[in-house]
Amino acid sequence: MSEALLQVSGLTMRFGGLLAVDSVAFEVKRDEVFAIIGPNGAGKTTVFNCVGGFYKPTAGDILMDGKSITGMPSHKVARHGLVRTFQNVRLFKQLTVLENLLVAQHTQVEARLLPGLLKLKSYRQSEADAVARAAQWLDFMGLRQYANREAGNLAYGHQRRLEIARCMITKPRLLMLDEPAAGLNPQEKRDLQALIDQLRREFGVAVLLIEHDMSLIMGISDRILVMEHGKPITTGTPDQVRSDERVIKAYLGEE
Amino acid sequence: MANNNTLKNAVMAAILTAIIVTPVFGLHLVRQGARTVMETQWHMVAIASAAVFAFQLLRPWIAKPFRALKFGIPTLPAAPTRGSRGVIALIIVAAVVWPFFAGRSSVDIATLVLIYVMLGLGLNIVVGFAGLLDLGFVGFYAVGAYTYALLYHWGGWGFWEALPFSGAVAALFGFVLGFPVLRLRGDYLAIVTLGFGEIIRLLLINLNTLTGGPDGISGIPKPSVFGMEMARRSSEEGTRTFHEIMGWTFQNQHMVIYLYLMALLLALVTLLVSTRLIRMPVGRAWEALREDEIACRSLGLNPTRIKLSAFTLGAMFAGFGGAFFAARQGLVNPESFTFIESALILAIVVLGGMGSQVGVILAAILLTVLPELAREFAEYRMLVFGLVMVLMMMWRPQGLLPMKRPHVELGK
Repeated sequence: MSEALLQVSGLTMRFGGLLAVDSVAFEVKRDEVFAIIGPNGAGKTTVFNCVGGFYKPTAGDILMDGKSITGMPSHKVARHGLVRTFQNVRLFKQLTVLENLLVAQHTQVEARLLPGLLKLKSYRQSEADAVARAAQWLDFMGLRQYANREAGNLAYGHQRRLEIARCMITKPRLLMLDEPAAGLNPQEKRDLQALIDQLRREFGVAVLLIEHDMSLIMGISDRILVMEHGKPITTGTPDQVRSDERVIKAYLGEE
Repeated sequence: MANNNTLKNAVMAAILTAIIVTPVFGLHLVRQGARTVMETQWHMVAIASAAVFAFQLLRPWIAKPFRALKFGIPTLPAAPTRGSRGVIALIIVAAVVWPFFAGRSSVDIATLVLIYVMLGLGLNIVVGFAGLLDLGFVGFYAVGAYTYALLYHWGGWGFWEALPFSGAVAALFGFVLGFPVLRLRGDYLAIVTLGFGEIIRLLLINLNTLTGGPDGISGIPKPSVFGMEMARRSSEEGTRTFHEIMGWTFQNQHMVIYLYLMALLLALVTLLVSTRLIRMPVGRAWEALREDEIACRSLGLNPTRIKLSAFTLGAMFAGFGGAFFAARQGLVNPESFTFIESALILAIVVLGGMGSQVGVILAAILLTVLPELAREFAEYRMLVFGLVMVLMMMWRPQGLLPMKRPHVELGK
């Protein structure tokens, strides 16, 4: 088994005449925090969508744990342990916080019709377990008191945390966060950083992250991929990236 | 400035009214012997235009008290998801006992109500929970009805043997039709399902040799009682009817009550099953899918399978309803399965409150009983129907008894 959990090579995505992503390659190691940064329109989210199965890449290979997931529909990708959050939070707004976490366990619970209709013991047990797991995660995220509220009524910061909890309850191996700090206040950003760190340590999950907040990125990432105009510029540790001239040029513009 | 606008609006409205009203009120065809002459009645058009003009001009003043009224409309409580067992038992007992004291026609209408309850609950799964706008629901109702009718006609099957098959065949149709259709969303899905409903009806009309074409199939037997016929005389030699065994004299009223009780049974089963379904993982998945399909996919839920399950189960309930309908009517023909039926069932779901079981039952009662009570106004039925829908959208878009969440609660 290779050290890399996710291997992306030669990833290219073309929308008509627009080359959104041009031969991007990177690897995410097990329990590593890997960040993708770049100016707006650099193609970061497109990379995410390709990896998550929301777009079919024009070319390139995506391997998860050595198995190809290239071009697989997103729900199958998710079953390979790749789960993501969204740039603008996508909760099931009219469902309660608890129900959001129950839906996420759909692939793990007894979902066959007959046991449920007959309320068999196996079904009751599976439901009770699902609720218990959800309760654990709500405690972990400090959202227990909102369990029975509609998810859409939560404060924005709480919605972000719930979305991460909803991913984590599927027991992913790679958690993909699309701008998780967007719209959070400084305190919430610090909490988020601590949370990502804790998730990695306690649950052994690797994190692939897109973010604009530089202090968060630099503080948390093991390695960073910098993109500009769909092309990868460089990959390296935060220190390497910070001192790389091409990166500075991309962000600050040329003299 | 505002007044000037009001005047302009009023003039425009009056002109439009004149144009629209002229062919309806202004021109009359009068028969004089062998000839037909067109007579103009401009005074009618003038009155209509003047009324609209005056109304539009005075609208700001007229609207004022109504604006206050809008907030004064009393809000109904949300539907209880878990009524107390005692109340539910009482309602069921009342529903069982009631027909023995009621008149024949009211029991008959109640049976019809129960069929619509079944259909409403079925469509509620598709539209209310899974959020798939299905305008061809009547197609599955027709499939269920014709399955029983054909099994009887060609195979001599009885109601109870045919019932599970009606449900199964309708479900199969839902499944097969669902496959290509469920890639579509929203309006497109609505249009395609509308088309499917019509295709099924047209097939029934044109498959003359199989379905009897526009005449349909008649002489379909009523449900039997534990294998015994419920009729004045046995239709087969050597068998005895239910009444002969019980030593009762046969009355037509008995059959009506029996049908009602069977409809009640089927409706209760439908209610029970659908109530369980929506609390199960599959029900949660339906709602999640309605809320956000992309998020569902990102969590590993297969949207096609989940939609298909809603479509199939909804169709199955329609199939049961259809089989019962065929048994009650004694004949089926394509006339019973026109688009207006689909619209009525959809109206029941929307009026009741999408996703609300109690609301759907209430709306089924309202929309079936009211037209029966107001038979004199039959001509204006659709007009009133439309008006009610518009008023609902304005005052209570969530339906009469909107669904109350949550189904599962976490204790503190």
